[in-house]
Amino acid sequence: MASFIVYCYARFCKKAGTMKHGTIGFYPEERLGRLSFRRAPRPTERLIQAFLFFCAAVSILTTAGIIVVLGTESAGFFKEVSILEFFTGKEWQPSIGKFGIAPLFVATLTTSLTAMAVALPLGLAVAIYLAEYARPRVRETLKPVLEVLAGVPTVAYGYFALTVVTPFLRGLLGQENVEVYNTLSAGLVMGVLILPLISSMCEDALSSVPGSLREAAYAMGATKLETSVKIIVPAAFSGIAAAFILGLSRAVGETMIVALAAGAGPRLTLNPLRSAETMTGHIVRISGGDLSYDSMDYRSLFAIALVLFVSTLFLNILSRNIVKKYREVYE
Amino acid sequence: MQHTPTTDRFEVALGSEESAYALETRNLNIYYGDSRAVNELSMGFDRRKVTAIIGPSGCGKSTALRSFNRMNELIASARTEGEVLFHGVNVYDPGVDPVQVRRWIGMVFQKPNPFSKSIHENIAWGARINGYTGDFDELVEDSLKRVALWDEVKDKLKESAYALSGGQQQRLCIARAVALKPEILLMDEPTSALDPISTAKIEDLLDELKKQYTIIIVTHNMQQAGRVSDRTAFMLLGDLVEYADTKELFFNPRDERTENYISGRFG
Repeated sequence: MASFIVYCYARFCKKAGTMKHGTIGFYPEERLGRLSFRRAPRPTERLIQAFLFFCAAVSILTTAGIIVVLGTESAGFFKEVSILEFFTGKEWQPSIGKFGIAPLFVATLTTSLTAMAVALPLGLAVAIYLAEYARPRVRETLKPVLEVLAGVPTVAYGYFALTVVTPFLRGLLGQENVEVYNTLSAGLVMGVLILPLISSMCEDALSSVPGSLREAAYAMGATKLETSVKIIVPAAFSGIAAAFILGLSRAVGETMIVALAAGAGPRLTLNPLRSAETMTGHIVRISGGDLSYDSMDYRSLFAIALVLFVSTLFLNILSRNIVKKYREVYE
Repeated sequence: MQHTPTTDRFEVALGSEESAYALETRNLNIYYGDSRAVNELSMGFDRRKVTAIIGPSGCGKSTALRSFNRMNELIASARTEGEVLFHGVNVYDPGVDPVQVRRWIGMVFQKPNPFSKSIHENIAWGARINGYTGDFDELVEDSLKRVALWDEVKDKLKESAYALSGGQQQRLCIARAVALKPEILLMDEPTSALDPISTAKIEDLLDELKKQYTIIIVTHNMQQAGRVSDRTAFMLLGDLVEYADTKELFFNPRDERTENYISGRFG
């Protein structure tokens, strides 16, 4: 859109002849022997620069706005609930004034780690296959298919977890052991959702390992498996670690699947077969109901959102630092 | 070396010298897609000698070299016809495993390409994957001494190989190949990315290494070929133009094209 506007403006300027400056000719002899190095005014240039800056500023301003809203609303919350209670309390019962984030946080951790336990090994395996084994034609068919996985609406994943994966788990492990809503099912399906992200990031990391390292390994009598697993994967470690952390950050923030399949009610449990509510799931459920502004319930959501925001921000910064620190510089 | 009886045509008794040559090519043709990079190359490489292959860029010398241990197969469009005989076995026979071939015919590349591992592990890795069970520290020390790198790195074996200079990295790559005790070392312009001092060190090394290994070196530096090799082959546009003792080829070239090239009229 933005580039289209720029394009139209450039066309307009060209027609109107304002892109060329001055009316004297192009070649020196047409300029009657004058050679000018005077700074030419370029209004279009400045206009476009301002427009592009504006585009970049929008996203930064939005982020800043979110931080301000989260900060002010949480400040109101933390006036009445101490930070210590918020982080150490083991119960989240707004109706009786108990605001301990542990049940929500642990549920988020359980679903996210389950998701990563699925997504990282599978994603890395897919990436190794695509980067090292697949023939170009196979790769070109498989990659878009994987990207489709990332394009499925998450609500569809949520229902898939609830209506397919959960019944399967209940059949496998026993009706009495697995609750209708459970974090395992949500986590497993979330792993499939994150798989394309992990595999495509890992594949980029593996492909950017210079071919000379592959040659070196093959020339020493290494098999394809030895080369991939023992040379290429370690050399791409920083990219793979970054993929893991970004995937985790995506899992922490993922909402629809956990809201539908993990459970609706905070409960402090490490058992993935029982229902529990994640931070995101809780926000969705509470904000969907009739909630009066200015109530503690309402403000508590911002406190949770702030925790979410800080955790994902922390994970993203961590992934950047890992890439920076462990990146091998190849000549 | 143990003398095991031959069980089938792919298993050869070590130490038996069926052929006069360490490696021999017969009617070797190599194509990239439709274009032919090497034409009907037939030549033999003497045991424990340094053979240089020279020629201008694009003459097929590197392509030929990389076909000797089937490294060309890593390039999707490359296709090889003809024979490369090693111990009497054609390495392109469908029953031959390229992984086994490369273990006996090592290679050093144009740019140093150590693994992103420690110096110690760079050498130990290849031996380990090939089933070496001896003392790794001893192997590492021995291999580094062979390339005259031991004194420079003995106190930092645990450090990353990338901490070394380019010339040291290249000697590490040679040590890594030597650690496998191959029979043949292929070197693809091993000094073209190095400074003159590092180059001299590696050239000195070749004199030492040829006591044990057959070395085939591709270079576009004619002085280097003259300094280090016993035999020299001159290739042009995929053809082997002339192949003779190095002195003979440089001082008394038979072919006009060789003479033009070595006297610097083209290339």
